[in-house]
Amino acid sequence: MSYNINEKGYYGEFGGAFIPEMLYPNVEELRQNYLKVMAEPSFKEEFDQLLKDYVGRPSPLYFAKRLSEKYNTKVYLKREDLNHTGAHKVNNTIGQILMAKRLGKSRIIAETGAGQHGVATATVCALMGLECIVYMGEIDIARQAPNVARMKMLGAEVRPALSGSRTLKDATNEAIRDWINNPVDTHYIIGSAIGPHPYPDMVTRFQSVISEEIKWQLQEKEGRENPDYVVACIGGGSNAAGTYYHFLDNEDVGIIAVEAAGKGVHSGESAATSALGKEGIIHGCKTLLMQTADGQITEPYSISAGLDYPGVGPMHSHLHKSGRGEFYSATDDEAMQAGLELTKLEGIIPAIETSHGLAIFQHKTFKPDDIVVISLSGRGDKDLQNYINYFKL
Amino acid sequence: MNRIQKKLQEDKKLLSIYFTAGYPEINDTVSIIEDLEKNGVDMIEIGLPFSDPLADGPTIQESSTQALRNGMTTNLLFEQLKDIRKSVSIPLIIMGYFNPVLQYGVEAFCKKCQEIGIDGLILPDLPVDVYAEEYKDIFEAYGLINVFLITPQTSNERIHYIDSVSAGFIYMVSSASTTGAKSGFGDEQTEYFKRIADLNLKNPQIVGFGISNNDTFTQATTYAKGAIIGSAFIKHITNDGKQEISKFTKTVLGL
Repeated sequence: MSYNINEKGYYGEFGGAFIPEMLYPNVEELRQNYLKVMAEPSFKEEFDQLLKDYVGRPSPLYFAKRLSEKYNTKVYLKREDLNHTGAHKVNNTIGQILMAKRLGKSRIIAETGAGQHGVATATVCALMGLECIVYMGEIDIARQAPNVARMKMLGAEVRPALSGSRTLKDATNEAIRDWINNPVDTHYIIGSAIGPHPYPDMVTRFQSVISEEIKWQLQEKEGRENPDYVVACIGGGSNAAGTYYHFLDNEDVGIIAVEAAGKGVHSGESAATSALGKEGIIHGCKTLLMQTADGQITEPYSISAGLDYPGVGPMHSHLHKSGRGEFYSATDDEAMQAGLELTKLEGIIPAIETSHGLAIFQHKTFKPDDIVVISLSGRGDKDLQNYINYFKL
Repeated sequence: MNRIQKKLQEDKKLLSIYFTAGYPEINDTVSIIEDLEKNGVDMIEIGLPFSDPLADGPTIQESSTQALRNGMTTNLLFEQLKDIRKSVSIPLIIMGYFNPVLQYGVEAFCKKCQEIGIDGLILPDLPVDVYAEEYKDIFEAYGLINVFLITPQTSNERIHYIDSVSAGFIYMVSSASTTGAKSGFGDEQTEYFKRIADLNLKNPQIVGFGISNNDTFTQATTYAKGAIIGSAFIKHITNDGKQEISKFTKTVLGL
């Protein structure tokens, strides 16, 4: 069984491109070109160069000694938080801006939840001198003010999404509507491993640099390429997809996903899609999503704006349904405590999204000689106000 | 022959109206359908509201949100429509997004449509290739016509493919936009309407998006078989009330 995408754009039964005809020319243009463009030596060279000199890759694989002692196992942190702009998101935006340029696009749109993807998109647009419009839910604009300011400083226009729950789902709707209204000159940089094919695969490939580096870094440190487990938090699932990618078909490596349980999986205020979701269609792909019996998409909740999404990428739906991945969910409280714990033990303040992944130790006990690699997907600077409010600092 | 196909054979330009079921009030569905038929409308698209209508602009989004808030569901819509064929003979199409249909069960949904006397479906996010491969046989078994969209950006090759899979009419989106975004047509649209007319497709075309009055209705139907009005009609019933439907249709038809 393969856990990767097939030639029709599906992971098992999940994926595809369920889009209105208005989007077909754009998505089809991308589908026909993305693999070809990514394989061009000049593209690879430019991409690798920017990841190295501009993003600061490779990101370190750090042995977290005190965290390892506390949980009596060997924990490595893949330091995506040290990337330029503070999270893994920039790996994908660098790739997609180069793709957009090769496809002759002059206008860039994006959606953002926590603002990390918006900042990463605004950053590469500044770098390339392209017009940038970022859609962001009105609620998220309020809870992620520093990132809104960053985007504006970088020259992007931040447009509030005022419909629905006014969070990531609605920002994505607005970005899709913008693309429908601007079908020729615009490229939509989707920030997660979601959307119509080829987006989940394209985003995953740009993020796969994470697991590519883990392999050689672990070889250097432990004399083996494969950890026992790779752990990542999942909203739409781009950092997870990149962290798993090179281990997908190696079943010796356990794949662990941590979703946001909000105030509790069954509290009615949760974003734990694998537990609460059912197969359906959201934002152009068939995947697991939270919905009513009637097929209306429901409003998720999480303290973390980046995980506040009612679906997961189709790769993750397949990992869940096939049993290849172990899925857990962490509540707001568990995540906040795990974030504080990492800060105290290792001197690293993680993003609240990332803190959900770190809460795995509340749910699973590892063996002393297990090597557990956790994707430290983002840094916590943007969440300082949330930490201050939560811990009354 | 299906009511849509019969209607398309009439020697006249057709006016089709879209409205969102459950808007403005939950129980308006049947009376709006009856009033539209009485007032010279040729075909009706009953909007099954969806939480995330990607192809729609603010007017239809808001009417959908309100309809859902009013309590509209797939089951309730079917319940409201169960005796509709006792009072109207106009072709009826359900227009909505694919997820609610998928959750109801595609075959169960089609079966229910046949029982009620629904003639066709428009599901903008069900792509033509997926339809052809997975669902065409089911739709046809229940006598339903599925209508596909084309846009100014759709290639001729793809238009011919869509024509080959279609059995009623082709929904010609007037410009690259969400619903209700633009009003009025320029040279660009006229050229596009002409280009499509010259393709001599087997299915007639009905123009939608951007039609709101007699001018745009006339322009659209110069080259096409008919025109669909959605957002402008919803605006009308929002502002003038659902009692004034005749005023709207008269204006559009230039009567």
